[in-house]
Amino acid sequence: MIEPSAKAAIIRLFHVYRHYHAQNALDDLTLDIYRNEFLFITGPSGAGKTTLLKLLYRGETASEGQVLVDGINISRMARNRIHLLRRKFGIVFQDYKLIPTRTVYENVALVLEAAGRNARYVRKKTHSVLRTVGMENRMNALPPALSGGEQQRVAVARAVVGDPTIILADEPTGSLDAKSASLIMGLLKTFHTRGATVVVATHDRELIRSIPARIIYLNQGQITVAPTI
Amino acid sequence: MLSLHFKRALLDIRHNRLLNAVTITTIALSILIVSAAILFFINTTDMLEAWRRGIRIMVYLEDDLDPGRQQAIAARLKGLYGVQEARFISKQTALEHLRAQMPRQSAILEGIGQNPLPDAYEVQMIPSARTWEKAEDLAQRLEAIDGVADVEYGQRWVERFITLFNLFRLTSYAMGGLFFIASLFIVGNTVRLILYTRREEVEIMRLVGATERFILAPFYFQSMIQGILGGIAGLAALLIMFMLIQSKIQAVAVGGTVALRFLSPGLMMAIVAASALVGWLGCHLSLKQYLKA
Repeated sequence: MIEPSAKAAIIRLFHVYRHYHAQNALDDLTLDIYRNEFLFITGPSGAGKTTLLKLLYRGETASEGQVLVDGINISRMARNRIHLLRRKFGIVFQDYKLIPTRTVYENVALVLEAAGRNARYVRKKTHSVLRTVGMENRMNALPPALSGGEQQRVAVARAVVGDPTIILADEPTGSLDAKSASLIMGLLKTFHTRGATVVVATHDRELIRSIPARIIYLNQGQITVAPTI
Repeated sequence: MLSLHFKRALLDIRHNRLLNAVTITTIALSILIVSAAILFFINTTDMLEAWRRGIRIMVYLEDDLDPGRQQAIAARLKGLYGVQEARFISKQTALEHLRAQMPRQSAILEGIGQNPLPDAYEVQMIPSARTWEKAEDLAQRLEAIDGVADVEYGQRWVERFITLFNLFRLTSYAMGGLFFIASLFIVGNTVRLILYTRREEVEIMRLVGATERFILAPFYFQSMIQGILGGIAGLAALLIMFMLIQSKIQAVAVGGTVALRFLSPGLMMAIVAASALVGWLGCHLSLKQYLKA
């Protein structure tokens, strides 16, 4: 595991609240996430894990407090600059979020095309990443024709193809069998060793035990003392 | 990047064939109707222009004028502004012309006894005065000359026709406007429906860092392609209809005096470009609403 380099925080949350009507999904949350860190965020369902991840890529906005990514207060970020923030992230979802009408190759290449990369680079990089996740031989398949594990490998490929500094994974193995889950975690670890900061939200204790990493335990929107994992 | 969006737009059209076919057909119908009106205007204007070029005024004289008064009238005619030439046609010459034009009815003309036709002057106007307004003005001045019984210019009814023509033109503008709005609405609706079916895809694209421009560009391309295809289809339908009825209309309505013509290539290109613009605008208005929501 790469040690967090000189404890430099890439993400900082200061007294962050996120209200949904009368309920607090996040309640006065203060947290630093360090560069090149592998971090697990765990806790029971409804603890605020997904909300926390969404705040980081401006899928949602904090009701109060500040969220800084790479030193930029993203709560104040103009709407037309959010795409620049999201290019810093590679996001893996539990439900994969692949475009069903586009092939594996197209789903992955989309990230680079959206970033305005030239066609040659897109082709080369997409092939390379698909090879890394072991999906090069299925690149012309449509997502519905793939197994859950394969779809998640494609989702990981899409998350890393743009060389993001931060990879966010929200219950990345929630829909997978043990073998596929282990494969996905192996991939995340690989990209972490290549320099990315990886934040995984999960309630799966087995998964947390599989990789030595810092663990944040969330309960009712607050960081609490983690029970024995 | 443009070719990527264009490819994406073509794929989207293929995926939503029925929806796109309905949109293209609506645009084609609008273009057909508007282009038919333009075609009508062009050919009618040609016809009016041909008639205008041939304006001549017949000045009929009172019966039994002595040669002196005839000459005085001729002198006054030629002195009026707008008159290029005034040719005397005696009642005898007029009767002979009539006989020559109506060979089958010669028996009727034989039986009339005394020549009922008046002596007349055929007045040709100078080119700059060959407008319907100036012809009317000259006709009124000619009527005021002492010894002139009546004045007639063959296409006097054209004035009434022009009034009708202008009315039709206004109606066509209104119809064109309505079809324009209808096309905008249909294109906009198609874009909205496609956006609705692809809302998840749009959301995913946003999550991976795509700009709004990147996400929405294929919609603009798609709508412009719809506009272009609709424009071409509408013009093709008009051309087929024109070829089918051209010869009949030529003989009946124009009497062979003017050759009917189809829209020029430049005008057709302008119509297709306008149709593409309608597609673009319909898409733009729809997306503007979508982005606000």
